[in-house]
Amino acid sequence: MTTTSIPVLTKKDFQTDQEVRWCPGCGDYAILSAVQAVFPELGIPREKFVVISGIGCSSRFPYYMNTFGFHTIHGRGPAVATGVKITHPELEVWLATGDGDSLAIGGNHTIHMLRRNVGIKVLMFNNKIYGLTKGQYSPTSEFGKKTKSTPYGTADTPFNPLGLVIGANTSFVARSVDVFQQHLKDTLRKTAAHSGSAYVEILQNCNIFNDGAWFELTEKDARVDHVVQLEHGKPLIYGKNRDKGIRLKGMELEVVHLGNGNGLTEKDLLVHDETNPNPAYAFLLAQMEDMPGFPTPIGVLRSWNRDRYEDVMSRQIQDVIAKRGPGDLSKLLHSGDTWEVR
Amino acid sequence: MATITDPVVRAHKREVIDKAVLRFCGDSGDGMQITGSQFTNTVALYGNDLATFPDYPAEIRAPAGTLPGVSGFQIQFSSSDVFTPGDSVDVLVAMNPAALKTNIKDLKMNGILIVNNDAFTDNDLRKAQVTSNPLEDHSLDGYRLFAVGLERMTRSALQELGLDAKTMDRCKNFFALGMCYWLYNRSMDLTYKWIEDKFKTKPLLVEANKQAMRAGYNYCEATEAFQVSYEIPPAKLTPGIYRNLSGNQALAIGFVAASQKAGLPLFLGSYPITPASDILHELSMYKNFGVMTFQAEDEIAAITSAIGAAYSGALAMTTTSGPGMALKTEAMGLAIMVELPIVICDIQRGGPSTGLPTKTEQADLLQAMFGRNSESPIPILAPSTPGDCFWVAVEACRIALKYMIPVIVLSDGYLANGAEPWRIPTVDEIPGIQVKFATDPVGFLPYKRDPQTLARPWAIPGTPGLEHRIGGIEKQDVTGNVNYEPMNHEKMVRIRAAKVEGIAQDIPEVVPAGDPDGDLLIVAWGSTYGAVTAGLKTARAKGHRIGHVHLRHLNPLPRNLGEVLGRYSQVLVPEMNMGQLLMLLRAKYLVDAQGYNKIQGQPFKQSEIEAKIEEILG
Repeated sequence: MTTTSIPVLTKKDFQTDQEVRWCPGCGDYAILSAVQAVFPELGIPREKFVVISGIGCSSRFPYYMNTFGFHTIHGRGPAVATGVKITHPELEVWLATGDGDSLAIGGNHTIHMLRRNVGIKVLMFNNKIYGLTKGQYSPTSEFGKKTKSTPYGTADTPFNPLGLVIGANTSFVARSVDVFQQHLKDTLRKTAAHSGSAYVEILQNCNIFNDGAWFELTEKDARVDHVVQLEHGKPLIYGKNRDKGIRLKGMELEVVHLGNGNGLTEKDLLVHDETNPNPAYAFLLAQMEDMPGFPTPIGVLRSWNRDRYEDVMSRQIQDVIAKRGPGDLSKLLHSGDTWEVR
Repeated sequence: MATITDPVVRAHKREVIDKAVLRFCGDSGDGMQITGSQFTNTVALYGNDLATFPDYPAEIRAPAGTLPGVSGFQIQFSSSDVFTPGDSVDVLVAMNPAALKTNIKDLKMNGILIVNNDAFTDNDLRKAQVTSNPLEDHSLDGYRLFAVGLERMTRSALQELGLDAKTMDRCKNFFALGMCYWLYNRSMDLTYKWIEDKFKTKPLLVEANKQAMRAGYNYCEATEAFQVSYEIPPAKLTPGIYRNLSGNQALAIGFVAASQKAGLPLFLGSYPITPASDILHELSMYKNFGVMTFQAEDEIAAITSAIGAAYSGALAMTTTSGPGMALKTEAMGLAIMVELPIVICDIQRGGPSTGLPTKTEQADLLQAMFGRNSESPIPILAPSTPGDCFWVAVEACRIALKYMIPVIVLSDGYLANGAEPWRIPTVDEIPGIQVKFATDPVGFLPYKRDPQTLARPWAIPGTPGLEHRIGGIEKQDVTGNVNYEPMNHEKMVRIRAAKVEGIAQDIPEVVPAGDPDGDLLIVAWGSTYGAVTAGLKTARAKGHRIGHVHLRHLNPLPRNLGEVLGRYSQVLVPEMNMGQLLMLLRAKYLVDAQGYNKIQGQPFKQSEIEAKIEEILG
């Protein structure tokens, strides 16, 4: 018996010789570092990784990953990645994108890739601003935000990114934060383990054009009251003294305080079930970031399995070959009614 | 169960003729396309040469009986070579007043006119916006009019089957088809078989349609009205096995052939659009060839998914029409920049914008040449006949794969839906396509080119040691690294242009049809081939010295074209646009060529080409 061993890879194996050209202090460095740390752990040969991107700061990502990489055009990364994954389902295809690339110009491709459940892992860097074009508002910028292109404030309501992708019935939906390195790496590991479409929103700080967009969640003093970490099978509990939680009341979520004489305990709280096939549950969680007084959930909102597009397509091809035999070009040319001229 | 046999006893005169042009027209719900296709298959199988022209409205079902709802199918078939579906028709079958009104102008004087007179009520006339009944006002006196109660006669033929009136009326096109089979002495067997197959789950409909067709046939046999039937002997085509083939079918099987020859899986990314969708339909059936068809969410995803598939080593393509081409332009630029092989088929239609979705035009040539930002040359090919679409598909794939480059194929609605007898090649007659993936990491650089073709290596994901990055940003020569240096950019622009220009050394020189030098050279491309070929024949018979160059390769142009242009005193460029090839020829060769332009959504007629030649040389 022969065994093939996969060479042990390290973080260094995934670094390129290209100079990283993000602004000093950009959250993208932290994301790059986490991805380069997690990829070698996965036991996948390096040549099987394909990192694809669109346009924007986040989309420079492939140049810094020593894998196969394709920096495509604005918004079209999901479609290029779909072509790669359909033709080679065995490849490990990751997509680096941002709030503009994924939700504005590439919104259509994003939702269709996700509804098809093509096995592509999407890392959506959400900094709520356009960085590469120097400071215009994005589809996730808060209502009324003053930017270079909206000196009197925006007039549009932002997307809730995870609500949007849950609407597309995405099979894996998660959220993490650039500076929460351990949480981010853990989320990336779970993302890698999922076989279908995975969409991970990574809250990322643009220190040049939108500095502090996530400070409420990332600053030490604030984060305990503004972030709830989702863990499968565990109650939604948070707060400095773990004295706050989320309870389901009818079709609504509510924030409750534990142990202040109201008789509520952990047992009364909503227990997270990421495998719940009903998208309504994950959608409720996605809404929390927009609800005043609610913490923002991070972690895996949803993870369940359904058929991948590329597998269904391969199966159809195999079934037809099994039924009709492999294609015979001469027979194809002669199909239909033919006649001979002598 | 009734058995059906063709009547054998004939009391009518039978005349042998060389060719005929027949047109079925009616409401888009009357089944005219099916009727025409059935007639086509029957005459093809009999061995006539033929050309067809399906002409249908963009609306699936415009209000019944109205002028916009008229659908037509024309066929010319002959015992000698056929180049066009015919300028004017010998037999016109009109199912209602709207069809009669829009088509009668094309019927030859004294031509046979078969009209469904059950559809000439006051209401029908009003819907067709005619004020007096043409069957009564002597406006049709110049034709051999056969006003037949198609609905009444079909109903009476089918009365014993117990069908409702609506279902019986739906069979009337087969009654008309039966009449035409009698008129041209054709066997109904092939259509019987088709009906049996088409309605195999509905035996009653099999019976109904077969009986309706037979009733139409017998009606002609029995009535004294038709005194003559016609016989058109088989044509003397090049020996071989033939089938009837439309342009879109030909492109589809051409791509399958190329994928087999190259040993690569075929990937099609496409978004439905008239008149290109049939290529998607056709290819989606060939799963046993490993063909992957991806109906994308839009035109952009259709091409970018193909780019992804090409990146990972598939023979990738996308199919569309003009509006879709417009949407794909940025992605074509990406394919040029990353130098990946894809084939882009534009089945042209009338424009701009939505334009005339079901009508033909050749006005996307300049879009194909220049419709992208910056310096972005792309090879362009154009098929000349429905059958030629097969060979152009193979050639487009060959160029794309050999040069690592996107290639555009410009077909059009007329070629796409038109059909002709096609001599089936043996598998060995189809050129082989060599493909080599990069595998050796030693000295590998993603933009280190083949010195001959300037193609870069095809290094697909999954190949150990070849990990590299590509993208839309300008590349450093050889390494492919991101690079913004001024001289490098100019060098890369020139390399991309030289790569396309170099293809001229790899394609045949043009050899003019007709006279090798003389008074006039007609330079044309695409679907005008038939009309120009037929027109040239007539004009040369009159003693004019004329040549015809039909360009298959539009970019780069054949290397001897400039020399050939110089051999004639005048150059004429007929096109279904405002003079796009004309502009390219004048710019490149400084030749004082003149254009002949038709932009009516309709192909050139042979007579129009003949008249133009006379105007120039007469």
